[in-house]
Amino acid sequence: MAQVTIKIPTQLRSATGGEGTVRAEGETVQGVLEHLFTAHPELRDSLTDSQGDLRRFVNVYLDGEDIRFGDGLGTPVADRQELQILPAVAGGR
Amino acid sequence: MPATALTCRECGSTYPLEAQFVCSRCFGPLEAQYAEHPSAGDPDAIKRRIQAGPQTIWRYADFLPTDRVPTLPAAGPGGTGGLDGLPAGGTPLVRADRLAERLGLREVWVKNDAANPTHSFKDRVVAVAAARAKELGFTTLACASTGNLANAVAAAGAALGMPVYVFIPADLEEQKILATGIYGATVVTVRGNYDDVNRLCTEIAGERPDWAFVNVNMRPYYAEGSKTLAYEIAEELGFQAPDRIVAPIASGSLFTKIGKGFREWIDLGLLPEGTQVPIMSGAQAAGCNPVAAAFDAGHDVCRPVRPDTIAKSLAIGNPADGPYAIELARKTSGTISEVTDDEIRAGIKLLAETTGIFTETAGGVTTATLRKLAEEGRIGRDERVVIVITGEGLKTLDAVRGTFECREIAPSFDEFETIAEHRAEVTA
Ligand SMILES: Cc1ncc(COP(=O)(O)O)c(C=O)c1O
Ligand SMILES: [Zn+2]
Repeated sequence: MAQVTIKIPTQLRSATGGEGTVRAEGETVQGVLEHLFTAHPELRDSLTDSQGDLRRFVNVYLDGEDIRFGDGLGTPVADRQELQILPAVAGGR
Repeated sequence: MPATALTCRECGSTYPLEAQFVCSRCFGPLEAQYAEHPSAGDPDAIKRRIQAGPQTIWRYADFLPTDRVPTLPAAGPGGTGGLDGLPAGGTPLVRADRLAERLGLREVWVKNDAANPTHSFKDRVVAVAAARAKELGFTTLACASTGNLANAVAAAGAALGMPVYVFIPADLEEQKILATGIYGATVVTVRGNYDDVNRLCTEIAGERPDWAFVNVNMRPYYAEGSKTLAYEIAEELGFQAPDRIVAPIASGSLFTKIGKGFREWIDLGLLPEGTQVPIMSGAQAAGCNPVAAAFDAGHDVCRPVRPDTIAKSLAIGNPADGPYAIELARKTSGTISEVTDDEIRAGIKLLAETTGIFTETAGGVTTATLRKLAEEGRIGRDERVVIVITGEGLKTLDAVRGTFECREIAPSFDEFETIAEHRAEVTA
C-alpha cells in the first residue's frame, strides 16, 4: 500500500477537524479516497455522488496532474505522492 | 442591490452574500440570487430607470450584486478626485453589412467589446467583482488569468487604489504582460498552463482570506458582470433580442451568462411578447476544444484537454462552466464549434477587412465560427446574428505577423508608379 498525503481544501476542513493535510493509503486514487472516507465519513457525500463517482465540480490532482489525464479514480498511486482535492472554479482569464 | 443570497447551482443550498464561491455540501458553484426587481410588473418603468443611468454597466445596477453603484469622479472643484472604478461597458454594437455579404447572410452585427477601458470584456466582470470586494473589506485584488483578466484587474486596482497580484502562464503574449505590469501590479508568471495557474490560485485563495481573487473567491459576483453584454445588445437593438449570438467559450462563464441576461429580461417583460433566448452558438479553438468536443459527443461533462492553440485567451483545458454552456446551447437549439489556428487567423483578417475592427485571437475564433456556420448552411437566411468580439487585436500581434507584405520603395515618384495599383484612377 502506498502512503500519500492528501491536501484538503478549506471548504471541507470542518470534516477533518480543521486539518489541511491528512495521510491515507491505497493502491489507486479510489483506494486512497476510500481510506480517507473511513477516517472522515462526512467527506464521502461532498465528493462523490450516489454512484460513487466524483461529483462533477470536484477536481482531483495527483502530484499536480489532473487524474482525468490518467485513469481517473483508477489511477495508481505511489509512496509519498500528493493528492490534492479542489473545487472546479476555473474562471475566465 | 436586489441580490439577496448566493445559491448552489447544483443542490440549491443558500449562503450569505460573502466571498464564498463553492457549496460546502456538494462543491457546486454558487450564483447570485435576486429579490424582485424594484419596478417589477412595469417594464416601461424599468426601462426608464435603465435609460436614466450612466453609459456604463452601472445603468444595470438593479441587476448586479453590489450595494453601491460606483461612480466616475464629478468634474470641477466639488469632485471626489479618485476614480471609483473604470467605466466598463457602453461598447458599440455595429451593423456589419460587408461581413454579412461575404458570408451570404442578411444581417450580422458586431458587439465590439474591445472598446472597454483595457480592451476586453473582462472590464465588465472585474468592475462587479472589484466593487463587491471593496464592499466586503478585502485589501488586495488578485486573479488567475490568460491575459485579459490580468489587464483588467491591474487597471481596476490602480483606479481603486488597491494592490494587485496577478498570476499568469509564463508563455503569455508579451503585449498582455506589459499591459498588466504597467499599472503597478505584481505579475507572477507561473511555469505551467492556465489550468495549473488556476489550481494554484484556488489553493492560495483558500489560504489568504484577505485577498479577493476576482475569478475564484469572488466568482459569483464576477460572473454576473457578463450578463451586461446581453442587456447592452438588447438595449442597442431597441429592447429586442437578436435571433442568434455567436460568442467564444473558455471557462464557459461569459457564454452562459449572456443566456442568463436575455432570460432575465424576457421574464421581466422588457423584450417583446414571445421573445426567446437567442440561439446560442459557442466558439472554441480546435487546439482547446473540451466544450465543443463534449457537445459533439452528446456528453454533459467536459473531459479536460491540454491546450495548444494561438487563441491563448481561450486556452482553458478544464472549463468549470462547461456543463452549463452545453446545456444552454442545447436548450436554444444552438451549436458549439471548433476552428483551427489557420481559420482563426483568417477570421481575424476577415473581420478587420470587412468592418475595420481588429480583434485578438478570441475574436478570430468567433468570426471563424460564424463563417463556418454560414458556409455549412446552419444559419437561417433571415436570422439577425450578433457576434461578440471580446478583445483587441493589438494584444495578439504575433498571431497575424507575416500575413501580408509591405511595398518598400525609395522616395521617388517613378518608383512609386511602378508599384501603384490605383494609378489609373489616380491619374484619371
Ligand atoms: C478575449 C476573451 N474572450 C473570451 C473569453 C472567455 O471567457 P469565459 O472564460 O468566460 O468563457 C476570455 C477569457 O478568458 C477572453 O480573454
Ligand atoms: Zn450544493
